[in-house]
Amino acid sequence: MSRPVPLATWGYALLVLLGLTAPFFVYPVFAMNVLCLALFASAFNLLLGYTGLLSFGHAAFLGAAAYVTGLAVKGWGLPVEAGILAGTLTAALLGLVFGALAIRRSGIYFAMITLGFAQMVYFLVLQMPWTGGEDGLQGIPRSRLLGLVGLSGNLPMYYFVYALFLGGFWVIYRTIHSPFGQVLRAIRENEPRAISLGYDVDRYKLLAFVISAGLSGMAGAMKALVFQSATLSDVDWHRSGAVILMTLLGGMGTPFGPSVGALLVVGLENYLAGTGSWVTVITGGVFMACVLAFRRGIVGEVVALVKRSF
Amino acid sequence: MSRTNRNFALIAALAVSTAGPAAAQVSDGVVKVGVLTDMTGAYSDLAGPGSVVAAQMAAEDFGGKVLGKPIVVISSDHQNKPDIASTTARRWFDEQQVDVIADLVTSSTALAVMPIAAEKRRITLLSGPGSTPIVGEKCTAYNVHYTYNTYAMAAGTGRAVVQQGGKSWFFITADYVFGKSLEADTSKVVEAAGGKIVGGVKAPFPTTDFSSYLLQAQGSGAQIVGLANAGADTINAIKQANEFGLTKKQSLAGLLVFLSDVHSLGLATAKGMYLTTAFYWDRDEASRAWSKRFFERAKKMPTMVQAGVYSELMHYFAAVQAAGTDDADKVMAKMREIPVNDFFAKNGRIGADGLHRHDMYLAQVKSPEDSKYPWDYYRIVKTIPAAEAFEPPDPSCPLVKK
Amino acid sequence: MIQVLSGQLLIGLINGSFYALLSLGLAIIFGLLNVVNFAHGAQYMLGAFVAWMGLRYLGVGYWWALLLTPVVVGLLGIVFERLCLRRLYGLDPLYGLLLTFGLALVLEGIFQNAFGISGNSYPVPALLQGGTNLGFMYLPRYRAWVVLVSLAVCFGSWFVIERTRLGAYLRAGTENPVLLQGLGVNVPLMFSLTYGYGVALAAFAGVMAAPIYQVTPLMGSSVIIVVFAVVVIGGMGSILGSILTGLGLGLVEGLTKFLYPPASDVVVFAVMALVLLVRPAGLFGRAR
Repeated sequence: MSRPVPLATWGYALLVLLGLTAPFFVYPVFAMNVLCLALFASAFNLLLGYTGLLSFGHAAFLGAAAYVTGLAVKGWGLPVEAGILAGTLTAALLGLVFGALAIRRSGIYFAMITLGFAQMVYFLVLQMPWTGGEDGLQGIPRSRLLGLVGLSGNLPMYYFVYALFLGGFWVIYRTIHSPFGQVLRAIRENEPRAISLGYDVDRYKLLAFVISAGLSGMAGAMKALVFQSATLSDVDWHRSGAVILMTLLGGMGTPFGPSVGALLVVGLENYLAGTGSWVTVITGGVFMACVLAFRRGIVGEVVALVKRSF
Repeated sequence: MSRTNRNFALIAALAVSTAGPAAAQVSDGVVKVGVLTDMTGAYSDLAGPGSVVAAQMAAEDFGGKVLGKPIVVISSDHQNKPDIASTTARRWFDEQQVDVIADLVTSSTALAVMPIAAEKRRITLLSGPGSTPIVGEKCTAYNVHYTYNTYAMAAGTGRAVVQQGGKSWFFITADYVFGKSLEADTSKVVEAAGGKIVGGVKAPFPTTDFSSYLLQAQGSGAQIVGLANAGADTINAIKQANEFGLTKKQSLAGLLVFLSDVHSLGLATAKGMYLTTAFYWDRDEASRAWSKRFFERAKKMPTMVQAGVYSELMHYFAAVQAAGTDDADKVMAKMREIPVNDFFAKNGRIGADGLHRHDMYLAQVKSPEDSKYPWDYYRIVKTIPAAEAFEPPDPSCPLVKK
Repeated sequence: MIQVLSGQLLIGLINGSFYALLSLGLAIIFGLLNVVNFAHGAQYMLGAFVAWMGLRYLGVGYWWALLLTPVVVGLLGIVFERLCLRRLYGLDPLYGLLLTFGLALVLEGIFQNAFGISGNSYPVPALLQGGTNLGFMYLPRYRAWVVLVSLAVCFGSWFVIERTRLGAYLRAGTENPVLLQGLGVNVPLMFSLTYGYGVALAAFAGVMAAPIYQVTPLMGSSVIIVVFAVVVIGGMGSILGSILTGLGLGLVEGLTKFLYPPASDVVVFAVMALVLLVRPAGLFGRAR
């Protein structure tokens, strides 16, 4: 069996290098946006690409964490680290509750249950007084990291976000390439067989769900600090659709695919922002093309190409 | 200053500024206007591309330059999303030397961009949004709220309708901050004018089917059904109110209705409705003349938001000229000092809180028989003077001196 | 109190019949083709727009539109099925969902570009204008028409699928297409026609909706997830399930709008989550 490690190591090194130098040739806020969404998509991929569960409500975790972090930092005056932790834990907890209930079903039913839960989160966010409703939570301050490093400038914030991204990505990477990850893949490939081998499939799925939710939450927390706001579009079901697109486009079932997908989707949105609804049309067109012809996604196709050549 | 000298733009789909000598009082040698609006969503007809046209007209009419430096107008779609708005605003301020952002329809986008502009000492000229906290607790020193707000709408329509005899009210409110603020402001005005609030219902935002709420409104027996909502919600509510025969016994008061909404509904459905507006294209010779020019370019008559964008930018350019610089503090001071006197507003004054207080107009939608030519939609019932139309400065704004 | 409640329930019933009509097409497509047609909302919008364009540019009135629009849009659906959807039949149904999701975005984006967002008015046909005062409420004639037609179409379709030979072929095709093909039935054609019929139903609902709601590019997007919830609650394979659930949901929503309006948007999903946890295949569904 060919060892995937060499290719992945190169990929990882390249990623790290790109990330370190990015703010010097790309607008830092754009780069930070990409990083947050790349983490979101990678966390989502853990569930879709590696466990085979399509969640249609992942925006709930991103958004809930964003709001909680905003509340913690702005409303309660907690330091940045505590805020991010609060957001992440909230999302993980939400993931535990939703996951425990949703896991009982599979396939399209699972997707619909997660959508249902996400809609309820949207409703709660809209109704609760402290979220600012339609206006969202604005003016979230970026104070000092560990009381030392000021984060209001774009550059220091970028490196902070980048460090968090690397941390989150590392967790995902280690999860994928561990015995636990192998079991997840087994569940995706053939669940009855995994059960017959004696694995408590539901517990594995739930744990994957919680990790995925927690890291999605961390991405949301980061995003809240980057944009200094948390808004309804973070919990909207279109956001859940966007993360599916990123994962599909980049390559689900590959470690780096979702990040590539995130870069492409955010880049596309930015580049086409002036052109009106053509963004929607092109996004839809790309979606369709991916599903019809590029189901392995960009990274997946590249990897397959490389494997064929050697 | 926050501009890092090692950043250069990768995404260059927009105009590049000319590198002028730093000696000129205009920063970066150009006066750059960014129109940030909803190009494709719920408010694209009342603002959107029309706002961009208005901005371009302002740039041209001012002569294309201020203090000898060119005026450049760029635009972008915020899709009613505050995060897209704030990303664009940041990028515009940091990388594209934008001096002023105009329109910002949808209060949540305005509220997201205002603190960013204040932090970077650039100006926001709001025409599209309407929430009162913009000049209340969320006010900034670098912001002008130019065209209308929910208080003006409430005060105008609410008071006038009560005076016309509509004393008992039932509200159908869009259940979000804007809708609730509209309802709260109107209730106060109605009660102060001697009216009575008989009941109300909060409909989720957005709602397409109002039948249930309209039924409740009919059941309440109120004379007036106040619609504390905007855009598609208002249009649907009005259409369905007609359908359910509500308008036979009761009257509708649309608390935020734009010319584009009436155009979309058609006069047969909207006739008789009272509304408050800051601007009507057919009000007098000056507004007609300008609006016809706008029509040639945009193929529709301007709403108050679009006319407001033109007027606020002209005022801004004049202020820059008078101040001799585009430095935000000096320009803001000049904008507050110089009264606004053009086809849009007479004796308009921008206060310390940033609110532009000007005359508003109470209008009633004509019936199809009374409409003589395309876009002949309103009958201006009366002028509401600025002092009555807008609220006094809100003490929760730190800029307001006690 | 009884008066007010009756009015609200009647409105709930009217909306419910509309939900039933909308979810029917979705249920047919999923039940018979195992495809989750996320483009259903966009096809509904397409139906409304085609009717509007027909009126505006060709002078085609409401009654003709009711007949012609579903045919036109249904044919477009068949084209899509032949070109794209067909390739995904053997795969996980989630791919069909994603493909149709993409289609929905494309359709909505195109119409947004072309028509802006404020929406266009479609007049109620003269014959159906006005209404009757029932005492506890004023019932617009058009809404009564909606109930009648929706129920007729729904139960008509159900009858064809569950009780006729054609329906038997369709259901057999889902269970074992190869065998059916071996017996001489043109299965691919049947699939195309089925998809076309489902899409035509969506478009038909769109034409029915045009006089009530503004015809806007996003009218489908606001209704699609509710319709999905209805189909899921009803049981994704069951036609009768989605009809009855649609009606039931209309009633539940109507009551919620009366008792606690802010929750009326979310009550569907709460019900859906509840139902799925208790009865995994939906209220009337068969386990797949």
